[in-house]
Amino acid sequence: MAKLELRGVVKRFGDVTVCNGVDLDIEAGQMVCLIGASGGGKSTLLRCINLLEPIEDGEIRLDGEDISVPGLDPQGVRARIGMVFQNYNLFPHMTALENVMLAPRRVHRTPRDQLRPAVETLFRRFGLAERMHNYPDQLSGGQQQRVAIVRALAMRPEVMLFDEITSALDPQLVGEVLDVLLQLKQEGMTMVLATHEMGFAREAADKVCFLKAGRIVEQGPPEQLFGTPEHPETQAFLARALK
Amino acid sequence: MARHKTTSAAGMTRRERYDAQQRRRSLIVAASSTAIVLLAIVLLVPMAPGWEKVQKSFFNGAVLAKSFPKLLDAFLINVMIFAWSAPAIAVLGLLIALARDATAPALFPLRIFGAAFTDIFRGVPVILTVYLIGFGIPGLGLPRPWNSPYIWGSLALILTYSAYVAEIFRSGIDSVHHSQRAAALSLGLSDRQVMRDVVLPQAIRNVVPSQMNMLIALQKDVSLLSFIGPVEIFRQAGVFKSLLANFTPYVGAAIIFLAVTIPATRYADHLLARQRKERR
Repeated sequence: MAKLELRGVVKRFGDVTVCNGVDLDIEAGQMVCLIGASGGGKSTLLRCINLLEPIEDGEIRLDGEDISVPGLDPQGVRARIGMVFQNYNLFPHMTALENVMLAPRRVHRTPRDQLRPAVETLFRRFGLAERMHNYPDQLSGGQQQRVAIVRALAMRPEVMLFDEITSALDPQLVGEVLDVLLQLKQEGMTMVLATHEMGFAREAADKVCFLKAGRIVEQGPPEQLFGTPEHPETQAFLARALK
Repeated sequence: MARHKTTSAAGMTRRERYDAQQRRRSLIVAASSTAIVLLAIVLLVPMAPGWEKVQKSFFNGAVLAKSFPKLLDAFLINVMIFAWSAPAIAVLGLLIALARDATAPALFPLRIFGAAFTDIFRGVPVILTVYLIGFGIPGLGLPRPWNSPYIWGSLALILTYSAYVAEIFRSGIDSVHHSQRAAALSLGLSDRQVMRDVVLPQAIRNVVPSQMNMLIALQKDVSLLSFIGPVEIFRQAGVFKSLLANFTPYVGAAIIFLAVTIPATRYADHLLARQRKERR
């Protein structure tokens, strides 16, 4: 049984079908990269997994348990699945430390002083020890994005979703954020990334999926998908993306 | 080829020199046009046929000196009514705003109530609400001190202003970007926690300048309570007018109001300007 299983996931916004029957297995500890042009359904798929968007049809299973049942309280699921967004979405009225401690305090009802040591360790691990007491607008894009990752990790999630987390960053800041992902991979985190970083996907992913028009056109290990893509649409996309 | 040197002996680049010259020029133009307008007012207004009379009955130094201390005392009553109404308005306004945005089906009556509340109290002139509540409720034959116009007059102000303040809070809640909500939800927070910890603090901060303007308006509207009894500054000025057969006390009252409202307005504008700059 895979950690996360998607079966025929369909998501529509009005008349527009954004996910059109997606099947995908994500094993525990795997890093899966979703690639494809913008509008292909990558971000929406991640939002569906985190139950930020209800799906119209299909099933999403976490540890074999269907989490896409209509009417299910999404809070418990979201606490187990962390998500990081393209635009960081840190809370601007809180320091980095407060941003990170908010959810564990509220959802797990852990008092501040009990949280503090573990949270400080997280900050140190990702090179942010000096930045704990800064407000988001005092941080660089790369630092903000790393704080956002720490914020999601502080909930001790079983799966992490990354929605184009380097797309809003200056090129010289991309590396520091991707390094964090490699670190998490080493620690055995299960991760799903929507990304435009082809080089990173090729090097680090365990599985790469090419999405177009709400469908997974082709999926496989990176050597296969980047080296010998079978589907003509994949070939066309990669020819353009890797130019 | 040698580099062109555009820095003068004074250490200014030619751009800085040009800008300084432009600033000097516009300052001179602004100053002289203002002087001309002021001069015209000072010279022309006294030439009006009724000026002497107006001066005597509106700008009478002796009357002003005589009435001013009492006016200041009466203004304390305005300040008092303002001081207890403002916090009540903030709390009630916020509650109404939250009630109007409540989504749970069980809270539907609350939503209806919130909508009706804002519609009614924004739709009726303040003075009418003051009359209806200020005369109506004590008319029920309540014992002292519950028939005091201070209580019911203040309540009228609180109800009216809460309706406006609630709408401003709602616009503030709308102004918080939906991605903030998504980020908070993705962490496992409940709708209620998202509102309390993430949306409201930002929403309130966003509407502080607009709410400052409501406070300034409230400070002035406290005077409407004079119509149902309390001898606040406007009523006190009226007493002096009858006593001394002179309108100068009203000018005195206006001066006292301006002494409070002008700094407050400037401050609100300053906050707004700062907010605009931060958003850019």
